[in-house]
Amino acid sequence: MTVDDILLALQDVKDPEIPTISVVDLGIVTKIEIINNVINVVITPTFVGCPAIDIMKRDVETALRTLGADDVHVEVNYDIPWSTNRVSERGRAALLKHGLAPPQPYTVEFELDVLNDTACPFCGSRNTTMKSPFGPTLCRSLHYCNNCLQAFEGFKPL
Amino acid sequence: MSNENKRAGAQKSSGLNTEALKDLLFRVADDSLILAHRHSEWTGFGPLLEEDIAFSSIAQDKMGHANALFKILHEKLGEPNADAIAFGRTEDQFKCCQFVELPNGGYDFSLVRHFLFDASELIRWQFLQQSSFEPLAKLAAKIQGEVKYHVYHAQTWLVQLGAQGNEESRILMQTALDKAWPYALGIFEHGAAEGALIADGVFVGEDVLQSAWLEFVTERCAAAHLTIPTNTTAVLGGRKGYHTEHLKPLLDEMNEVFRIDPSAEW
Repeated sequence: MTVDDILLALQDVKDPEIPTISVVDLGIVTKIEIINNVINVVITPTFVGCPAIDIMKRDVETALRTLGADDVHVEVNYDIPWSTNRVSERGRAALLKHGLAPPQPYTVEFELDVLNDTACPFCGSRNTTMKSPFGPTLCRSLHYCNNCLQAFEGFKPL
Repeated sequence: MSNENKRAGAQKSSGLNTEALKDLLFRVADDSLILAHRHSEWTGFGPLLEEDIAFSSIAQDKMGHANALFKILHEKLGEPNADAIAFGRTEDQFKCCQFVELPNGGYDFSLVRHFLFDASELIRWQFLQQSSFEPLAKLAAKIQGEVKYHVYHAQTWLVQLGAQGNEESRILMQTALDKAWPYALGIFEHGAAEGALIADGVFVGEDVLQSAWLEFVTERCAAAHLTIPTNTTAVLGGRKGYHTEHLKPLLDEMNEVFRIDPSAEW
């Protein structure tokens, strides 16, 4: 059993609120170690109040128990805080597939101005307007595309 | 952070004044919990759908922040679990400032409170990133990014209804600001052991926070064509457990299920 086996198994564990993206591609898995055939994994929530974190913790545990380890420990902590820069390329594609505009990467600290420059997930136009920084889940914002005239949701940078 | 710094931080946290630290965590967590409850009262009643969603989302964030702080109190400082702390205390055991417990009033007052309080919260969490108490510093690094969205939301409306609104909306916002201001100053009432927190490097202290906040809100109120009241006295007492008549009914509602069955899961 290797770290790669764990990463592969975790590809099947999805965010219950966005079922196209795995916990690995979402970037919430912050530590994986195997010591004496015991798996220790740390995950961290996207937003501190994320109601899906307990479900994902349970799902991660369940998936890892199939690998034949003597024991599996999954801890939730903030040692490495989640940010949207942790979303992988495959994760960004998965968000787009779900109809969500992927978050724009940033270098030092995110500035909220980037919300007004979000590409429409339907037609790709950047002629869009941010309507509200709060959407149906904590990690989404509401936008409108002035090109294809559709409302859409974005995965907001953090 | 390097491993050596981590070790130094860990050593330092063991020598902190625990009672002062707990008092700070209760103040910050209780503010978040009670304002989250007030914000959640807009769910289903917002003046427009996006605002309904915004206040509900902000409430959910703040509830999460309170929960994370209660978890630190439980796991690192020996307090009861988060549910017991949140729902099992009486009114006089709450350390929130009186500002957060005031009823929502109209949307004008709710927005102004949201702006004034969240500005203080954002700056507080930014300072707490440097806290010598490592679990708090780590949480702060995470939370300050979320609160940025709260402040952004609040100040957008402040300008929209102030400088960009009409005379009626501007007067409503100014009246709300006049009413809110003495209570907002109460955010910065000192805790039980302010000096120990500063000496231990846990927090820079309420006075430093208040001056940074004053600069921040003065600039943004000016941009919204709103005037900050002068000659006002801070409403104090909340940090010592003295509250308005509004807190008890709020707690009675919040604790209703817990009081019926403390082991209930919902």
